[in-house]
Amino acid sequence: MSVARYWREIPRRYRLEAGKCSNCGYIAFPHRLVCPECGSRKFEDYRLKDTGKIVSFTTIEVGPTEFSDQVPYNVGIIELGDEVRITAQIADADPKDIKIGGKVKLEFRKIQQDGHAGVIKYGYKAVLV
Amino acid sequence: MDNNKAGIVGYGAYIPRYRIRVEEIAKVWGADANSYKKGLDVLEKSVPGPDQDTISMSVEATKYALKRAKIDPQEIGAIYIGSESHPYAVKPSGTIVAEAIMATPDIHCADYEFACKAGSEAMFVSMSLIKAGEMKYAIGIGGDTSQGAPGDALEYTTAAGSASFIFGKDNLLAECLYTHSYMTDTPDFWRREYMHYPRHGGRFTGEPAYFKHTIGCGKKILEKSGMNPSDFQWAVFHQPNGKFPKRAAKMLGFSFEQIKQGWLVPLLGNTYSGASPIGLTAILDVAKPGDLIFMVSYGSGSGSDGFIFKVTDKLPEVQNLAPHTRYQLENNRIYLDYGTYTKYRGKILKAE
Ligand SMILES: [Zn+2]
Repeated sequence: MSVARYWREIPRRYRLEAGKCSNCGYIAFPHRLVCPECGSRKFEDYRLKDTGKIVSFTTIEVGPTEFSDQVPYNVGIIELGDEVRITAQIADADPKDIKIGGKVKLEFRKIQQDGHAGVIKYGYKAVLV
Repeated sequence: MDNNKAGIVGYGAYIPRYRIRVEEIAKVWGADANSYKKGLDVLEKSVPGPDQDTISMSVEATKYALKRAKIDPQEIGAIYIGSESHPYAVKPSGTIVAEAIMATPDIHCADYEFACKAGSEAMFVSMSLIKAGEMKYAIGIGGDTSQGAPGDALEYTTAAGSASFIFGKDNLLAECLYTHSYMTDTPDFWRREYMHYPRHGGRFTGEPAYFKHTIGCGKKILEKSGMNPSDFQWAVFHQPNGKFPKRAAKMLGFSFEQIKQGWLVPLLGNTYSGASPIGLTAILDVAKPGDLIFMVSYGSGSGSDGFIFKVTDKLPEVQNLAPHTRYQLENNRIYLDYGTYTKYRGKILKAE
């Protein structure tokens, strides 16, 4: 991920900023220009809830190069309090402690760093509560 | 409203879940765990996860502080983070924390460094700006993911954690009645640019460094306030190990009962810039209206910042709005073996 793209995505990565359709209430995360439900182009700013539950998860044993020194790590589909589903790592957790339906909250974590000299990228990860 | 009033309107601490026991470190270096445990008064220490650093922990601590303060982050006029482990050598930590809590763009920011005193410096400056009427709210944070060289005595205590304080004039949880700062040039501990681990002056770190400044600052602030140690319900000191703060308390005339609640080091280790600030959060978690709190930090190099706080009627209403510090310290711990610990701390690196 380029520094420019990371920078553009700061509002959603740091603060879970989404768009809520002014017409039908659909929550777009990330932001969209057109509502997939009703075609409206009017959105209000909306911040997702930072708690939710695990819908599904998997443990990655062999990851892509930039995550290879983190294996094994857990990735889950999380349904947040506002019924929006996001994909996030589940941090600080032994796979045997992760359960479908288990409650989580989102914490601010380092997601990736570009070697020893590059930019450090932050964002959200889920932790069990 | 008294125009000079200023104090804490929100506070929070964040302690990572990982721990390593003294035995686990001693085993690798052929050292006697019991003599370290007795000598340092430390049983285990916190370790940041591989995805945690001073910035990420400070964001979480500040989110807890905001839950208790219940203020609009857009009204925060300054954010200062004190740490000796800012993730970047050049690029502020505070911009990232401010962005994460939605406090940008009308905000002043600076990162502080003064070994273990950087956190209390951030608190001191934030509060002074409030007293001066420059802004409505200011945040002072102390946090570290400190490192000790493998096998060095510091490796048994260097730990991770962060504490965040929001200062303001109205709806105070604790009013700051007095401050005092005390420092001299004392080279007891340092780290040069590009060096991964600090160096220290061994026994030199005690008498002419920690004790001289802690006691010096403590005496001066007592003098300034006209108060006696027995007037305080609580006291907290910098805690590089368990022994030093116990002895400093005794030298100043405080009892162990007064420091016990904020004396977190046996299970937490030394969180450097976070040490006395996190201890203060543990005290605020349980303090009662009218209680007086005495705090003296210490940072090598060397200096101490002293604070006297008086708890207001409002504190009990917000204590349970975020996780208590001692709860985080004593629950949900994940114990690491030495190998995993060295990997998490970046002491060993995977081949490219
Ligand atoms: Zn719509």
